[in-house]
Amino acid sequence: MTEIALPQHHEHEHPRGITRWLFTTNHKDIGTLYLLFAVSMLFIGGSFAMVVRAELFQPGLQFVNPHFFNQMTTMHALVMIFGAVMPAFVGLANWMIPMMIGAPDMALPRLNNWSFWLLPFAFTLLLSTLFMPGGAPAGGWTMYPPLVLQTGMAFPFLIFAVHLMGISSVMGAINVITTVFNMRAPGMSYTKLPLFVWTWVITAFLLIAAMPVLAGAVTMLLTDKYFGTSFFNAAGGGDPVMFQHVFWFFGHPEVYIMILPAFGIVSQIVPTFARKPLFGYTSMIYAVASIAFLSFIVWAHHMFTVGMPLAGELFFMYSTVLIAVPTGVKVFNWIATMWRGSMTFETPMLWALCFIILFSIGGFSGLMLGLAPADFQYQDTYFVVAHFHYVLVTGAVFAIIAGVYFWLPKWTGRMYDERLGKLHFWLSAISVNLLFFPQHFLGLAGMPRRIPDYAVQYAEWNMLSSIGAFIFGASQLIFVYVVIRAMSGHGEQATDQVWEGAHGLEWTLSSPPPYHSFNEPPKVP
Amino acid sequence: MGTKLPGKTRQSAAALLCALAAGTASAGYALNLTEGVTSISREAYRLHMLALWVCVVIAIVVFGAMAWSIYHHRKSRGAVAASFHDNTRVEIVWTILPFLVLVGLAIPATTALIAMHDTSNADLTIKITGQQWSWRYDYLKEDIGFVSNLDEKSAAAAKLGSGVDPRSVEHYLLNVDKPLVVPVGKKVRFLLNASDVIHSWWLPDLGFKKDAIPGFVNEIWARIEKPGIYRGQCTELCGVGHGFMPIVLIAMNEPDYQAWLTAQREAVAKAKAGVDRVWTKEELLAKGEEVYAKTCAACHLPGGEGIPGAFKALKGSTIVKGPVADHIDRVMNGKPGTAMPSFAAQLDDADIAAVITHERNAWGNNMGDLVQPAQIKAARK
Repeated sequence: MTEIALPQHHEHEHPRGITRWLFTTNHKDIGTLYLLFAVSMLFIGGSFAMVVRAELFQPGLQFVNPHFFNQMTTMHALVMIFGAVMPAFVGLANWMIPMMIGAPDMALPRLNNWSFWLLPFAFTLLLSTLFMPGGAPAGGWTMYPPLVLQTGMAFPFLIFAVHLMGISSVMGAINVITTVFNMRAPGMSYTKLPLFVWTWVITAFLLIAAMPVLAGAVTMLLTDKYFGTSFFNAAGGGDPVMFQHVFWFFGHPEVYIMILPAFGIVSQIVPTFARKPLFGYTSMIYAVASIAFLSFIVWAHHMFTVGMPLAGELFFMYSTVLIAVPTGVKVFNWIATMWRGSMTFETPMLWALCFIILFSIGGFSGLMLGLAPADFQYQDTYFVVAHFHYVLVTGAVFAIIAGVYFWLPKWTGRMYDERLGKLHFWLSAISVNLLFFPQHFLGLAGMPRRIPDYAVQYAEWNMLSSIGAFIFGASQLIFVYVVIRAMSGHGEQATDQVWEGAHGLEWTLSSPPPYHSFNEPPKVP
Repeated sequence: MGTKLPGKTRQSAAALLCALAAGTASAGYALNLTEGVTSISREAYRLHMLALWVCVVIAIVVFGAMAWSIYHHRKSRGAVAASFHDNTRVEIVWTILPFLVLVGLAIPATTALIAMHDTSNADLTIKITGQQWSWRYDYLKEDIGFVSNLDEKSAAAAKLGSGVDPRSVEHYLLNVDKPLVVPVGKKVRFLLNASDVIHSWWLPDLGFKKDAIPGFVNEIWARIEKPGIYRGQCTELCGVGHGFMPIVLIAMNEPDYQAWLTAQREAVAKAKAGVDRVWTKEELLAKGEEVYAKTCAACHLPGGEGIPGAFKALKGSTIVKGPVADHIDRVMNGKPGTAMPSFAAQLDDADIAAVITHERNAWGNNMGDLVQPAQIKAARK
């Protein structure tokens, strides 16, 4: 290879101004764009949640009518899943994967630019429906027919927005796989890949397998609505339950798409602050891979109540609870990593530890939900709402925040404000439990999910939950301030290694790293 | 949500946790799953408590180990990091142990699931139809059937800005105008389906919910052990009225149930007679207003103004101010592809006639015409 006259230096002039961001093919710029987009969607989706919690603050309808309430729950979910959590993980992947594997950039930089810029268009389409006659989609993020087919003008906008998000995700996934397979520095064998890279590769395969299924499902909805087909219309010979099977065949891997990279982040952070190598590196990879595999054969546990034959319910119950085994292995490994370590508790570590505890609580309720006879009682109640917010907020979102604190000094070259970081953590950790823990009780006591108003015996817990929500929402403003401060060059200069216990190629680069991470392939120790 | 509805739940967090730990339902249903009044619901409850305790024990072990290392293995206490990063034996143990725990949970879950699926040898069968947004109950073989709506007091209080304190309404959102009635001790089979979108029928005290899906017939069963009033709600998002679709079931001893059946048959006969006579304008308007508030106001709003883009205004509408036949057709058959359902099965002839008369004369529509139940009866043919 050395015989070919390759240009030795790739340093271009930094493009400046708006075109730098519009036309950028640089993994760091695109990573930044993804992360900024995700945080703005977090606040938009969060504001929808605030409307929901304000309405549920006390029994009776005070602020919005049930139609608008349903729009808020639906849009909250769509925006948070496709606009906040997924793009945030892609942003972290863009920033960190090339730096972790010793590559100059992502393998497909122009595709990378495109996969980001689809998202603002997708969400403009989706959010514009709020201003349309008839309002935004109000049939739930799961888009079950026949209800979703009653959506008015917003319907085609919903479908095309979902298509664009899906295309963006698949392109991002292709880029991650291509980069990791082809751009590793010499000596960076698969058994040396950092866990974050491993979890992302597996996630990317999930994305490629799952997103087209969603695309198929929503396309069938589109033709049912406008072209007279009857895929899901029983009167025309179709089957509304088939939609649910197809949807959840996408939807269950999707929930792991939103948690596997979080496992990766935590597996980077815990060893760093325990000053000890990750316990059970190989079993961690096997665990992630088995979770990914199992995620494709458990979809119908979302549908225990649709009326499946006994054998079907038994199969989906057994396969579902089986996921507890590899998930348990992961948690045990993290704790073994801490065991006899030399721990310090900087902000990223606090978020990571909190992730382990609260994600486990979400896992426990997941195990309970997996037992079909009990699920007949839990399904579609607030118990489910509590469960998936524990895994998605105190799981996925907490891990993303942990990752941002962890890597922010590397990205910006500035240490964030540790005091504010800790304040942000403690306020969030306390309020998020006030927000979601009582919802377990509400669900068990019989409160269905997605209702705009409720019987008076649910009043106390709902009020507490809403108070928690308002505090949690407001606390995230601290986060924005902390990040903006570091981005604008305030704060102590960060060292290259940043954290005493940090190991890996990314920490050998300067803080902030050069525009092209590695012009020369680095030596892998 | 049985006869004893929960009292105040303003207890300290500690008291709540104690109540939960005691596993009793006495602290109020606002905390834990009900034990219910069927064998199925008790199986579900037992499985729930078993799984909960398993989780609590695992949590104590795992979080305990975590807390120990956080406290003892911290740098500020002078802890020096060890360098181990693998131990195959330990990893095998903590893969196999959870697996065995799962087997322990799966066994009772499997027996419970098998029992739940056995709908054979039922003493009586009731067909339940979910519709936007009420439940229709048909007693197969008994020749009676009726629609169960949210009760009027709840409906009035549940309007945006109604000014009514929900706490002043008894069983707010958990009460209906006509409850389902079943005999105690008999195996009742419920057949579930839906006429428009997917709903889900849930009575916590009976032990499970099941979806009501258009084009499908789902089966569940219950043998209720205690007379009482049991309350639940629709649990599948089904549109704007989703939160306003309660389920109330009264379990009666056999003699009371027989008396109730007789009364129902008489009521059906009386309603049939009502359809065959000519109604006065006052009667139609009074009845129409009542039916409108119960059935139509959720979407078209009490003042008939609708929600632009989502639900058509009836005030000044071309259908309402157009030919009577079109109006009757729209109410009876709905408009496919929209949220406007068919009311032919949901309302009787007098209800439909009255509500149409009301709509044509309310809110300044002032059409002045009357629709008689006989016209609806004719339109059904």
